[in-house]
Amino acid sequence: MSAFYVRGIGMQAPGMQGWSACCGVLSGRVPYSDQALVPPMPEILPSNERRRATASVRLALSAAQEAAAASGVDVSAFATVFTSSDGDGVTLDQICNTLARAPLDLSPTRFHNSVHNAPAGYWSIAIQSRHASTSLCAFDASFAAGLMEAAAQVAAGPAPVLLVAFDLPFPPVLNPLRPVSVPVAVALALSADPGSAPMARCALAFEASAAPAFAGQGGLDALYANPAGRALPLLALLAQRAPGTVRLEYLDSCSLAVQAQPF
Amino acid sequence: MQHRLPITAFTVTSALGPGCAAHLDAIEHTRAGLRREDFEGAALDTWLGRVADLEHTPLPPRFERYDCRNNRLALIALAQDGFEDAVRRAAHRYGAQRIAVILGTSTSGIRETELAYQQRNGGALPATAGSYRHRHNLFSLPEFVRDYLGLRGPAQTISTACSSSAKAFASGLRSISAGLCDAVVVGGVDTLCFTTLFGFNSLELLAPSPCRPWAADRDGISVGEAGGFALLERDGEGAIVFEGYGESSDAYHMSAPHPQGAGAALAMQQALAMAGCTPADVDYINLHGTGTLANDRSEDFAVCRVFGPGVPCSATKGLTGHALGAAGILEAAICLLALQHGLLPGTANTPARDPDLGANLLLEPRRRALARAVTNSFGFGGSNCSLVFARP
Repeated sequence: MSAFYVRGIGMQAPGMQGWSACCGVLSGRVPYSDQALVPPMPEILPSNERRRATASVRLALSAAQEAAAASGVDVSAFATVFTSSDGDGVTLDQICNTLARAPLDLSPTRFHNSVHNAPAGYWSIAIQSRHASTSLCAFDASFAAGLMEAAAQVAAGPAPVLLVAFDLPFPPVLNPLRPVSVPVAVALALSADPGSAPMARCALAFEASAAPAFAGQGGLDALYANPAGRALPLLALLAQRAPGTVRLEYLDSCSLAVQAQPF
Repeated sequence: MQHRLPITAFTVTSALGPGCAAHLDAIEHTRAGLRREDFEGAALDTWLGRVADLEHTPLPPRFERYDCRNNRLALIALAQDGFEDAVRRAAHRYGAQRIAVILGTSTSGIRETELAYQQRNGGALPATAGSYRHRHNLFSLPEFVRDYLGLRGPAQTISTACSSSAKAFASGLRSISAGLCDAVVVGGVDTLCFTTLFGFNSLELLAPSPCRPWAADRDGISVGEAGGFALLERDGEGAIVFEGYGESSDAYHMSAPHPQGAGAALAMQQALAMAGCTPADVDYINLHGTGTLANDRSEDFAVCRVFGPGVPCSATKGLTGHALGAAGILEAAICLLALQHGLLPGTANTPARDPDLGANLLLEPRRRALARAVTNSFGFGGSNCSLVFARP
């Protein structure tokens, strides 16, 4: 399929708050240190939405905002692809508790926050953009699925595409069902044209064979166990600024090959 | 980018019954499938478009780990209208790794987790909640369908509330255009659960009687459930062609539509532009038409702005209920049946059009050959999608 340009990256994870911190670790210049993530609050959210936005919305939009700002593209020009395996576990837990106890007490704000496209809705309201937006899920393969969707949208044109992958730990009652232990959000600003300062030119290929096991440096396993953390092999390639190809884990025995040529 | 993909097979199940024949018959006779709410003790004063017997049709033992209301409905739909055979022929032709599965759902098997919370009594969740991945997670639906059909290509769920399964068509077309696959199973499934029933109740949007879209005294939605699929192929012989889509965001409110339907109008205009046709080329519009005051007014504004007051429209949720994430595939299937059989659906339960609304609403079904149909799907978060289908 046709190539696309990476124009900006956003990152929110423990020890990697912002692309510059992430880049330092993944390029090998700085050892990884597992610092707790300071809960981010994206400045683009208007005050009304700040009050209502859940932790998952704030995490996703913080990464999105960083990638968009780094891209040099007007933030309102992007179509968006949000991808997440588990969405908003806190809201799910609250809703299930209410439904089990007193279902008539369900809050309308919780209900609208429970839709998988809630971050996309908050984003479009925050930046007043009517561009198309898609919200996806592919369980552990959510990042690779989102990257394929975003690349297909760039190819279909004409808007640049902001890809946002995020997942958070489930609250205690739900956590045994899905043992993700740390929050991660990764955003990539992608376009068909290189602009003035592209970071890399990339091309994707779906492959019917499995990817090699992730071999990150110590401490990154918890991040990689988060579906959004499955972006780490690609981010490492981009951080090292050397041409190469990584294969991302996708569904069962399939993988997604990403070829990158840095600038 | 390649537009115009043939639809080589499709099927749907809803409160109207199993498969295309049941839907055609119900549309022809305006036989609604709604009944008083009777879902698992919810005790809400409203009506439902409920699919019969899902409680008594577990998945076969081989697929037991996927067993939930949503995947049961998926299996019923897969087994109808020759759909499975069509997919197997496509797999033989292109290779199983060249067929994608892109499906919409808003709540998947969330009912399993709701029930587990009812049983936990403040303690840990019971073991029945253990198959989160295969039942509750949004990806459960395409994972089950891909597994059941023996496909090995890309797969994903689109989950954008009530536009989900309409947007699956758009994503499917892009995937073929981008060369990621040669054929795509699109569509979606959404089934009854307490989250959506009590959620819409909290918004005071549940109608106490069968919903009446476009009526002056309309007072809300009837929640429904549905499952359906369509097979899009790179090339092939299809009776109907998928010509284009439009997608937009309202950028207005999380659960209320833009008052003048600005995002909805944009989606319709983009869909027409992609299909390379003008409003005059469209013979029928299946409205999103949920039956709430605000939704119908907003959509009417947008339809009249884009199409003028002439194009025949109808809202079929009075027949089926609002199938939420499956509304897109359900109403796409109704458009495909309309194109195939020259039958425009009426608008069940609505005695007369609200005089303040302007769209050319069909109250009764009408027999007339048509060449091109549009369907609208709009959801929470301001997510809008319009699709264009035509006879080749």
